Amino acid sequence: MPDAPGLELIRGEIERDHPGSVLATSFDRAQAALVVDPAQILTVLSWLREEPGQSYRFLSSLHVADYLPAAPRFGVHYELLNRDRVERLRVKAMLVDPAAPALPTIDSCVELFPTAEAQEREAFDFFGIVFRNHPDMTRILLPDDYVGWPQRRDFPVGGEPVTFTYNEHTYG
Amino acid sequence: MEVERRSLSSKQASARQMLRGDLEGEDLDRYVEERVVTTTFEKMLNLARANSIFPLTFGLACCAIEAPISVVTARYDLARFGAEALRASPRQADLIILSGRVSIKMAPVVRRLYDQMLEPKWAISMGACSSSGGMFSNYAVVQGADKFMPIDLHIPGCPPRPEAVMYGFSKLQRKIIGNADQGWRQRYNAAGTEEWARGGPASAPSPEAAEAYEAAREISLA
Amino acid sequence: MAELTQDRATEVMTVNIGPHHPATHGVLRLIVDLEGEVVKDLKPVIGYVHTGIEKSCEDKSYWKVIPFVERMDYVSYFFQMEAYCGAVERLVGLEIPPRAKYLRTIFLELNRIHSHLVWLGTTALDLGAISMLWYCFRERDRILDLFEMAAGQRMHTRYFQVGGVIEDIPLGFEKKLREFIADMPVRVGQYQALLDRNEVFLSRTKGVGIVSRERLLELGVTGPLLRAAGEPWDLRKAFDYLAYPEVDFQIPVGTVGDNYDRYRVRVAEMVESTKIVEQALDLMEEGPFIADDRKYVLPPRSELSTSMESLIHHFKLVTEGFRVEPGEVYYSIESPRGELGCFVLADGSSKPSRVHFRDPSFVNLQAFKDMAVGSYIADMIASLGMLDPILGGVDR
Ligand code: SF4
Repeated sequence: MPDAPGLELIRGEIERDHPGSVLATSFDRAQAALVVDPAQILTVLSWLREEPGQSYRFLSSLHVADYLPAAPRFGVHYELLNRDRVERLRVKAMLVDPAAPALPTIDSCVELFPTAEAQEREAFDFFGIVFRNHPDMTRILLPDDYVGWPQRRDFPVGGEPVTFTYNEHTYG
Repeated sequence: MEVERRSLSSKQASARQMLRGDLEGEDLDRYVEERVVTTTFEKMLNLARANSIFPLTFGLACCAIEAPISVVTARYDLARFGAEALRASPRQADLIILSGRVSIKMAPVVRRLYDQMLEPKWAISMGACSSSGGMFSNYAVVQGADKFMPIDLHIPGCPPRPEAVMYGFSKLQRKIIGNADQGWRQRYNAAGTEEWARGGPASAPSPEAAEAYEAAREISLA
Repeated sequence: MAELTQDRATEVMTVNIGPHHPATHGVLRLIVDLEGEVVKDLKPVIGYVHTGIEKSCEDKSYWKVIPFVERMDYVSYFFQMEAYCGAVERLVGLEIPPRAKYLRTIFLELNRIHSHLVWLGTTALDLGAISMLWYCFRERDRILDLFEMAAGQRMHTRYFQVGGVIEDIPLGFEKKLREFIADMPVRVGQYQALLDRNEVFLSRTKGVGIVSRERLLELGVTGPLLRAAGEPWDLRKAFDYLAYPEVDFQIPVGTVGDNYDRYRVRVAEMVESTKIVEQALDLMEEGPFIADDRKYVLPPRSELSTSMESLIHHFKLVTEGFRVEPGEVYYSIESPRGELGCFVLADGSSKPSRVHFRDPSFVNLQAFKDMAVGSYIADMIASLGMLDPILGGVDR
């Protein structure tokens, strides 16, 4: 992990090349994270990948978290890894939830990191986040005709109540 | 009743004829009684069926490591019960072990596999998940496989030990020998549900097919 | 007429394999375009055991999540537990005592051997070597006996706990374990004697399913697949977790990156794992097996009848669970299939707000197309076995 000052240095360097792309940094529980502007996510990722001093060339994981009551609701997380220095860096893009039928969108990073293909499909499947320019933006784990985005926080867990003798009458 | 008894004793008499050697009188009677069992053809058939089950090579999740794989290996050795010949095609199998959780995406596939198996067929639901949904009470898992297909036997556990599977297995054998009433299959619409070619997209079955279906149903419910 | 036969020869046939197919190691479905017997294109369809575990975890308090995450990748359950417990420990800032570190290392490595045994048995079975299945499962049952001795269950042991392990190992465990790790390298030698000079096995694995190391890295593939292509990348060495920095072991790597290398790397890993277990066993000393922080860890049973305070802690932990300050952690370990990462997001309540697993099989499966396209369909089955995807982990 880059330490807290190292993280600020990275931020400074990106800001120098691409002003306004990094919105904030956080260093929490020894893990460094950059919060970036979703419109410029590809710029930041390719900078981190290509810049000689950085070369975060391995995308470990791409996942989404739903911070429901918070204002930009969805966070798309990119866990980057520099295998030479053995450092991890998390890049977060916070997406606003648009009004009902529209879905939050962000650029796909499949061109940069081919490994993201399945993981972006998974994010679409569970959270309804559309990755622009993804080669095949379809459901991956759920059936094709499934309706809803099940891992959003406002989606019910589902399942069935179990009828024990004490609640038999309620659920019959 | 009279008729039956007479026919029984005549059968025994002919057996006696066949086995007659040097024995005479009471000795011969004991000899025959010890060696000859008279039974009906159906019972004989059930005995044979129960001891030569062909399970389907089919695994869904965690339980699959224990049931179709572990129980056939050396330590547990399901071959002792005559069921080691796993069949990869549902057409050749007569037992399906639902070993694991059935997701909403898999449920139609499982039902189709069950339908493709030929009568007589049995189904074991292994583990908490396929019996009741288990701990996964959520949007993705079917809460109990008997929602969409008839199950003959549930084996509890998460995962059940191979010993439990074998115990359940011998229970199933007794059930087959006892030729339990299969009327409950009717409720699931599962008697004689072999597939047939349909007339058109999502149309009713063709008259011949419906006729064959009714005939098959009558036979299996008789 | 001649034209017609020409057409027939190059005609592409699309074949559906699965989701019920004995060679897919679960419920994977493959849509394969074949030209004759050669695979032209291939698309895996997954999701047939999607269980919604990540969603269910959001509904449970932190310590009740452990049995859920175990059931994702069902042949390496200890790794799931470690990834999750490790992530929560990093969230709450809990140190685990040295004995727990060693115990966890021992069980993880035993689980790695177990996982590779299941892989070896079933994959050799796919290639027609049925006797491997009996031999591998003979040793697997010995490992499961050890698990059962320590935790009471063969699979899904729920042995790791936030803060350490749930119970100390019982008397007699160490003796049995030492017997096992003395035997295991001999057994591995026997497997190799069976397979390494088996002409059928060699000709079906050598030179098949080669993917270059750069391509594998692009696709995010980790674990034995990557190491077989010659990249010595192992999180056990790269990061510092549990007792791995203190034990001495090597990382086997391949040269070509074909299926034969994949087999050799995994078999060599089994031997290395026994070495790790042995050293951890030697280094382990008596001491507490779980951290002594009553906010997160259940008090010992014996205290419940004497101390009111312990009773309150116990009641609080069992009913509500512990609360975790808001924050997020990504913690990754080396599972038998590669990098297993766990992301936990805490929102201040006693339930995690998101638990996500970066499952190695899910990511590695993307390399399957590169491995299989252009080869024969029979080799595709071999490559799938050598890829070793566990569908429970892929679909979660
Ligand atoms: S019952 Fe338990 S072991 Fe079996 S599939 Fe379900 S979770 Fe897995």
